Amino acid sequence: MKFNKIMLGASVLALSTTPLMAQDMTIVSWGGAYSSSQQNAYHDPYMATNPGVNIINDESSAEAVAKLRAMAEAGNTTWDVVDVEAADAIRLCDEGLAMEIDVDSQLAPGDDGSTATEDFGNMLVSECFIPQIVFSTTFGYRTDMVPEGTPAPTGACDVFDLETYPGKRSLNKQPIANMEWALICDGVAYDDVYDMLETDEGQARAFAKLDTIKDETIWWSASAEPVQLLADGEVFMASAYNGRLFSMIAEQGQPVGMAWDWQMYDLDGWIIPANLSDERRQAALDYVYFATDTQRLADQAKYISYGPARASSAPLVGKHATLGIDMGPHMPTDPRNAENTFVKNYSWWADYRDDLDEKFQAWLLQ
Amino acid sequence: MSKLPPYTTTGQRAWHYTFLSICALIFFFLIFPILIIIPLSFNAQNFFTFTPEMLALDPAGFSTKHYADFFNSSDWQNALKNSFRIAPVATVISVTFGTLAAIGLSQSHVPFKGLIMAVLISPMIVPLIISAAGMYFFYSRIGLQGTYIGVVLAHAVLGIPFVIITVTATLIGFDKSLTRASASMGAGPVRTFFKIQMPLILPGVISGGLFAFITSFDEVVVVLFVGSAGQKTLPWQMFIGMREQISPTILAVATLMVAISIVLLTTLELLRRRSERLRGMSPG
Amino acid sequence: MSDSSPVIAADGRPLKASLNRALRRQKIRALLLIAPLLLFVLVTFIAPIADMLFRSVENDIVSNTLPRTVVALDDWDAGSGETPDEMIFAALAADLAEAVAAKRHTQLGTRLNYELSGMSSLFRKTGRQVKKLDMDAPFREQFLEIEEDWADPEIWITIKANSSKYTAGYFLNAVDLQNGPDGIEARPENQRIYVKLFGRTIFLSISITLSCFLLGYPIAFLLANLKARTSNILMILVLLPFWTSLLVRTSAWKVLLQQQGVINDVLVWIGLVADDNRLELINNQTGTIIAMTHILLPFMILPLYSVMKTIPITYVRAAKSLGATNWTTFWRVYFPQSVPGIGAGSILVFILAIGYYITPALVGGTSGTFISNRIAYHISSSLNWGLGAALGAILLALVLVLYGLYDKIVGIDNVKLG
Repeated sequence: MKFNKIMLGASVLALSTTPLMAQDMTIVSWGGAYSSSQQNAYHDPYMATNPGVNIINDESSAEAVAKLRAMAEAGNTTWDVVDVEAADAIRLCDEGLAMEIDVDSQLAPGDDGSTATEDFGNMLVSECFIPQIVFSTTFGYRTDMVPEGTPAPTGACDVFDLETYPGKRSLNKQPIANMEWALICDGVAYDDVYDMLETDEGQARAFAKLDTIKDETIWWSASAEPVQLLADGEVFMASAYNGRLFSMIAEQGQPVGMAWDWQMYDLDGWIIPANLSDERRQAALDYVYFATDTQRLADQAKYISYGPARASSAPLVGKHATLGIDMGPHMPTDPRNAENTFVKNYSWWADYRDDLDEKFQAWLLQ
Repeated sequence: MSKLPPYTTTGQRAWHYTFLSICALIFFFLIFPILIIIPLSFNAQNFFTFTPEMLALDPAGFSTKHYADFFNSSDWQNALKNSFRIAPVATVISVTFGTLAAIGLSQSHVPFKGLIMAVLISPMIVPLIISAAGMYFFYSRIGLQGTYIGVVLAHAVLGIPFVIITVTATLIGFDKSLTRASASMGAGPVRTFFKIQMPLILPGVISGGLFAFITSFDEVVVVLFVGSAGQKTLPWQMFIGMREQISPTILAVATLMVAISIVLLTTLELLRRRSERLRGMSPG
Repeated sequence: MSDSSPVIAADGRPLKASLNRALRRQKIRALLLIAPLLLFVLVTFIAPIADMLFRSVENDIVSNTLPRTVVALDDWDAGSGETPDEMIFAALAADLAEAVAAKRHTQLGTRLNYELSGMSSLFRKTGRQVKKLDMDAPFREQFLEIEEDWADPEIWITIKANSSKYTAGYFLNAVDLQNGPDGIEARPENQRIYVKLFGRTIFLSISITLSCFLLGYPIAFLLANLKARTSNILMILVLLPFWTSLLVRTSAWKVLLQQQGVINDVLVWIGLVADDNRLELINNQTGTIIAMTHILLPFMILPLYSVMKTIPITYVRAAKSLGATNWTTFWRVYFPQSVPGIGAGSILVFILAIGYYITPALVGGTSGTFISNRIAYHISSSLNWGLGAALGAILLALVLVLYGLYDKIVGIDNVKLG
């Protein structure tokens, strides 16, 4: 009798855990070198300790907001964990499309004894945002295309200097970062940039500055495009995410240099879609708890030059996994790279993105 | 055309050869972009142009490493597998429904024939982006977005016009007295269909099927919207590859796909000949 | 049995009725054969398109999110130029409190921003302060304190104008118009892009059709006038591109047209072009036209060929024997007979070109993109689904008109594939 009960209990348990065991988890990210760093640092070790979970990669982060909205409208969310920029996380959280995270109970404490909240500090820019990395949008240029006798470009403002540095350039097909660079390179003081961008005159001034290079610019939308354009020698200079530039320079040995001045700091991290079933939400939380602990975040920096979002991970950042080079000097936060940095104002962009997106797209087609 | 009559003037002769050269150039334009990727896919370097070693035909300049990349990359292999999981099923659906409907449409008295035909052909005419966007919203609503079934249904419907067109074309030449003869000899409609009608329209059905297959196999816009990562097909992976990292692996895949096209094209050509022979035999 | 009795069929019924019955049965059988497919296409294809088109007029977000405000605004005179009174602000406060709790206010702001720039940030900023509103103090002052823009009557005009369940706003936007206080007016100059974009799409499609015609006509002529054996072999050169994946061909062109690509390399090598002055063949209209001409050329050649095949050679011989020169024979006798083929091929190429998405996206840059790319942008990036749907509806209408034309000229059932 008792034995039967135990057997029954065991089989019920087995039945109820079977679907969990063979579970697919769709993780959405940005693709390319970035996704492979996540595969190496998070997915592979996670699947090794959780053999029942099968992680499927989806490279749709660029369309994350649109797809999550369509999924929510249909009541059928197929994604489990989504990698997004901080600004998108704010937007998704505002619209109730991402679930709110209780940082201290749902994320790992730092391994130096700090609580998760202390460890992430001011990276926690939204209630739904689980910070992962600090990255920057900065410039790469072809070292073999610098005109003879001129010094190499040093930063964002050189992109506007067609006289010294002729040739094609490539910029992101969105207002974020470009508008700020246009103003600061037009002589606006750092502290005034966002105030100016709120006004029509400020916007007109930024567009006028961008107008000077519009004909020479190829606009990119996927984050690997500018890197590809540089590798093919199609452009002289391109804005790109610093980690992508790092992998093309260090891993592929392309003749490309970095121009760090006025690099644009940004945050990237995970969100978990709202309204997942309890089972899937638990699985997603379990993954995120693992993937954002101190060691994992430090591990990712072995594969790509993005800074870990936890203070406690910083001391653990070491050398590149295969090349053995020191990762420190390639981080956006390294003092030699961070002489002039631009800290993107997320909440400002959350408010003004719709306005400026529309104006920017119209400007592009003018 | 090939031999000029003896009385042609020098001017006519000159024009004749100019014309042939123009045609040769246009054929070159048609075929060159497809052929150029084949040697480039054997590039030992990660470049898209011919390296000096390749131009010197130095074996060191060539390698099959991009093919190895394709066969060793789980992304590409998954995409290949997905393409072969989706295209045949979509083809079977469009061929089954399409052939039945084409037979129905070829009857002499079909009410609203024009309208029905317009609806059935529309998946070929409506711009893909509109079809894709519509399916994206509607399939989300009924829970098919991001599922295997959703992609299969979407691809099946895109293939239908091709089946309708090719099968109707073979049915136009179909001699109705054959089915009557069969019926008068006591065969039921099903037996008549499989014994008499089917063998004659089979070339049309198969070539329609090939069109439907290639439609699904090549399709990228709709799958981008209707599919999710689990249904990433070969063209989808190529699209990502072209925007993300144009590694010459893409050219290796492209070369393999050209090989597939050649096989399909040859099959189609053989079918066409067979069909012509069969028609030649049938009375009328 | 009278003499005028109808002819009787074997089963004893009047022959006419019997024939009618047979005809009806035949019709039903035909319809039964067609029905499964028709149903399938209606559900998996037509319904999705109808559903999407519906989005271009659907507009219930304002009345759903701000129900009280919408009712209160009924009595407000939009032409007065005055800020609404306390009652309306109280309704807004109640509505916004609910919307913020349900996290719906930012979507509403985004929606209204399509009509009036600045609405999005207004709703976001106000949304953050709504919880702090003092329920007993006058709301009007409190709102103006949060954001003085609330005093601007234009804000209220926009809300009022969009409070109905359906809107023509997206369609107006799609042709660079908007609903102003005095009826329909043009949008501000720097926001007028869609008419231009439609114009560009049509211009590029015409250029592509024209170049397809120029390249396709000689080939079709050659194929139609060669011996069957030779022409069958050459036909393979036309069909191979037709059967080759679109992405393969697009990637080939990307490789060929780059500044460091094969074509430029060859031109530099033979000295036609200086190394530091390579041609820009990609990421602009040139790239789109070249790649799409290549992709669509078989669609021009095949219909032209099938028409030319039917032109009797005897006409040409007759003209020549009557003393016409080669040119006259071609221009006066052969060409007119090939016009139906030109019509069929051109419309087919134009219809296919006008809705292209992938190739322009990959080789077109900013100046070589089509309205389709814009629709994709609105669906997957800007999330202005209504505008995307309206642009799609206009494009679809354009294509359907051409399709009708094609049906008139060629007949849909006469489409031939290879």
